[in-house]
Amino acid sequence: MSFLAGTNMTGGYGAADILHDCTIAVDKGEIAVIVGPNGAGKSTAMKAVFGMLKLRQGSVTLDGRDITNLTPQDRVQSGMGFVPQTNNVFVNMSVEENLEMGAYIRDDDFSGTMDRVFDLFPILKEKRSQPAGQLSGGQRQQVAVGRALMTQPKVLMLDEPTAGVSPIVMDELFDNILEIAALGIAILMVEQNARQALNIADKGYVLVQGANRYTDTGEALMANPEVRKTFLGG
Amino acid sequence: MSGFFDKWRIPLLYTAMALLLLAVGFGQSWTVMLAILNLGLISAVMALGVNIQWGYAGLFNVGIMGFAALGGLGVVLTAMPPVPAAWSAGGINLGLAALVIVGTIALALFVRERLPGLRGPATLIIVFAGYVVMRFFLDPASEAIEAVNSASEGYLGGLGLPVLIGWPVGGLFAAGAAYIVGKIALGLRSDYLAIATLGISEIIIAVIKNEDWLSRGVKNVTGLPRPVPYERDLQAEQWIIDLAARFETDVQTSSAIVVRLEYALLFAAVLGILMWLSQRALHSPWGRMMRAIRDNRDAAEAMGKDVTRRHLQVFVMGSAVVGIGGAMLTTLDGQFTPSSYNPLRYTFLIWVMVIAGGSGNNWGSILGAFLIWYVWVMAEPLGSGLMNLLTAGMDADNGLRTHLLDGAAHMRPFLMGLILLLVLRFAPRGLIPERSGR
Amino acid sequence: MTDILNALVLLSNFVLIPALSYGSQLALGALGVTLIYAVLRFSNFAHGDMMALGTMATIMITWGLHAMGVSFGPLPTALLALPFGILIAMAVALVTDRAVYRFYRKQRSAPVVFVMASVGVMFMYNAITRIFIGTGDQRFADGERFVLKVNEFKELTGLDQGLAIRTSQLITVVVMVAVVAFVFWFLQKTRTGKAMRAYSDNEDLALLSGINPDRVVRITWILAAALATIAGVLYGLDKSFRPFVYFQLLLPIFASAIVGGIGQPLGAIAGGFIVAFSEVMVTYAWKGFITLIVPADMAPEGLVQLLGTDYKFAVSFIILVVVLLVRPTGIFKGRVI
Repeated sequence: MSFLAGTNMTGGYGAADILHDCTIAVDKGEIAVIVGPNGAGKSTAMKAVFGMLKLRQGSVTLDGRDITNLTPQDRVQSGMGFVPQTNNVFVNMSVEENLEMGAYIRDDDFSGTMDRVFDLFPILKEKRSQPAGQLSGGQRQQVAVGRALMTQPKVLMLDEPTAGVSPIVMDELFDNILEIAALGIAILMVEQNARQALNIADKGYVLVQGANRYTDTGEALMANPEVRKTFLGG
Repeated sequence: MSGFFDKWRIPLLYTAMALLLLAVGFGQSWTVMLAILNLGLISAVMALGVNIQWGYAGLFNVGIMGFAALGGLGVVLTAMPPVPAAWSAGGINLGLAALVIVGTIALALFVRERLPGLRGPATLIIVFAGYVVMRFFLDPASEAIEAVNSASEGYLGGLGLPVLIGWPVGGLFAAGAAYIVGKIALGLRSDYLAIATLGISEIIIAVIKNEDWLSRGVKNVTGLPRPVPYERDLQAEQWIIDLAARFETDVQTSSAIVVRLEYALLFAAVLGILMWLSQRALHSPWGRMMRAIRDNRDAAEAMGKDVTRRHLQVFVMGSAVVGIGGAMLTTLDGQFTPSSYNPLRYTFLIWVMVIAGGSGNNWGSILGAFLIWYVWVMAEPLGSGLMNLLTAGMDADNGLRTHLLDGAAHMRPFLMGLILLLVLRFAPRGLIPERSGR
Repeated sequence: MTDILNALVLLSNFVLIPALSYGSQLALGALGVTLIYAVLRFSNFAHGDMMALGTMATIMITWGLHAMGVSFGPLPTALLALPFGILIAMAVALVTDRAVYRFYRKQRSAPVVFVMASVGVMFMYNAITRIFIGTGDQRFADGERFVLKVNEFKELTGLDQGLAIRTSQLITVVVMVAVVAFVFWFLQKTRTGKAMRAYSDNEDLALLSGINPDRVVRITWILAAALATIAGVLYGLDKSFRPFVYFQLLLPIFASAIVGGIGQPLGAIAGGFIVAFSEVMVTYAWKGFITLIVPADMAPEGLVQLLGTDYKFAVSFIILVVVLLVRPTGIFKGRVI
């Protein structure tokens, strides 16, 4: 049993299901990546794991505990962090305040956590009193990830963290993600840049039309000629 | 059963409304009943105008009072006899002031085109200078005009045309003001139109109250010509005397009833025409497009519809209808009294009518107008009756009792607010909901 | 030289000081409107009547205090009653939110529905105020009327022109500074205040961060009700209390909030003063001032008044129109559309 597992998830927003018997799992210190063509239900699968989508069938467990019926807020409380794809920072608030808001549910002293986030993203320390809305796209993503880390989550979920950033910034972000995983945090992310993401992934899920098509280690998927041909552009 | 009710909803509700009115006629008096009916008809015209804006396009107009007052001004300026002495006293200066306004606007537009870099400051300077020059002509003009026989005239008077012409003129005045406000506030957030219309209506009332040369300000214009005969003329007519005898009443009552009936017929005719036009518009391709824009603005915009332009059209049309209603009201009153315009009665009451009746449905708005006007009229006697009952145990000169009885007068706004909130919450589609899928 | 000094004193007495206190009142009102806008995302048409209701409650308590023989020395007794008036207004605002607005929040209704509901609320507040206190004019300022009297000033300076500072004007400015300082400290430095800003900034992310939306909304109403009551009582002390006048204040208050950038607290303050100074300056008759500073033969004949005081609402409206045309986001880049 994995640390975080969404098992046999079926459901959607309206009458029609988007996910069909989809299974996603990730362990502590591991990076799991969901890839697939547009409209494959990648983000939907992630949202289902986070409780933003009602499941008709299947379950989600965290550390062996069934959390299928928890609200997203309650999942944050029980150790899950989520970074949305867009609108993921408070644009009018300073970097530091963004991180503070990330720690809103914590009643203890979180200055240590903030220091660690600043260690991870040194540029943020420099720009701590600037409004997040004035930062570059990559820096914003760092704020967004940092905000999610402030609750000291055991699982970090990222919805296309590299959407719209330059290749250099993307590499930097992936490095950061590797560092975070090295802290023992389970990472589940959806990625558009499948090739680069699978490079750093321990586990890869290729979804097609809301169902699992291929599931393997990142390396194996990269080596699989069919996956390469169909999803990685040769 | 519910299917039956749905099918016959409109006739059933209208019949119920008619019965309520008849109850007043039989129970209280026919003159009172006709007074309620007449104001109900006028309210219906205004509600129809508001429904065109809100129901067809989702525009929130909080300036109904101002557009209604402009309608009234239209009647004054059309129907009152001109005051030649005032024209000769201040006409030239007034004309010059008007020329200055036109000149200022033309100059500002010209300069804005020629000096794109200095648009802001240049416009500001030109408008300011134009305003000062305009005042240089206007002030002596208004002083001279107001000095002419100030007890009964002191203004320019109107054109001396038949009063019925004042109705469309009133509609035009309101449409003009709506065009200006719409140009400014449409296309921005929906709240901004509300705030801008609130502002323009306050200003219209301020102008009408203070520019005595225009319509005598708070000194009121009285004795407006009527589209129907005067009671005292009727009382001499044989058929009125016969009528009084037949219904065992006096000639005063029978003549009053006949006059009010004639008004009612006129108003009903206007309402009928406007209603017919509105229904035609609503069910035309234009109406369908308007509702499409209302329901999904983004999609309509993506399809290349110029939403702001359409909104301006519908805003101007709705305001014109409100203006016509305002003109009818002033005609019925026989006088133009700027101080009587207050937003609770002339803006927000109409809103309650539209929302309660069923926004988007013209039949609903009209029914809402009758019903809410009825409740408005009845609220005060009911309120004081209720307070009397509640305080019956107290001494007649008990301080709390007299206080509560005084307070009963304010039950009207309370009740109106309550109705608005209850309808919005529990029946947001109103008494006669808009029919979907047509 | 003395003429210039006299002119400046004249200007201070009739423009600067009145505009400063009126601006403070508008700023407090606009701050309430802008906070509601920032968090609940609608223009609250009931704000003027909320001001009236809170002021009415304060006046009633002031009368009660008078009846008990309580007074506040040189200061108006209403200041003692103000905290109770604020509590009543807060209670009313919270009950209103629970009974009216919460439903639409859960439904995620369009802003215009909220505005419409606020019109219904406005009716009811208006009726409650009038049932309790009637529609007439109420003057409830007591205590010392002036801090500085005209002849005291003349004796002090030896100038021809007098300068008076009314107690209510001084109180208005002092209270405004204290209240604004508190609100800004609250929004910038406290956890709850930051949560409010976060919620206003990005509702979904605030929810993800575990911020309780109901609590944020409650705090917002509490602040708005307090600001409305303070603004209303200060205005009433400075001028007088009449329910309809408070309804009419809605326009300059909205104008202030929009000029500054709606949803921006700092903008509301700036907007309040811009509107107040414009209004006072445009409706002020400049004849006396100009006579003092130009040579005697150039003195103007007329009043040199741009607009009559009856048109003071036109000033707010013109400012509003200019802002909507030129920069709809306002000075401090508020939210649009």
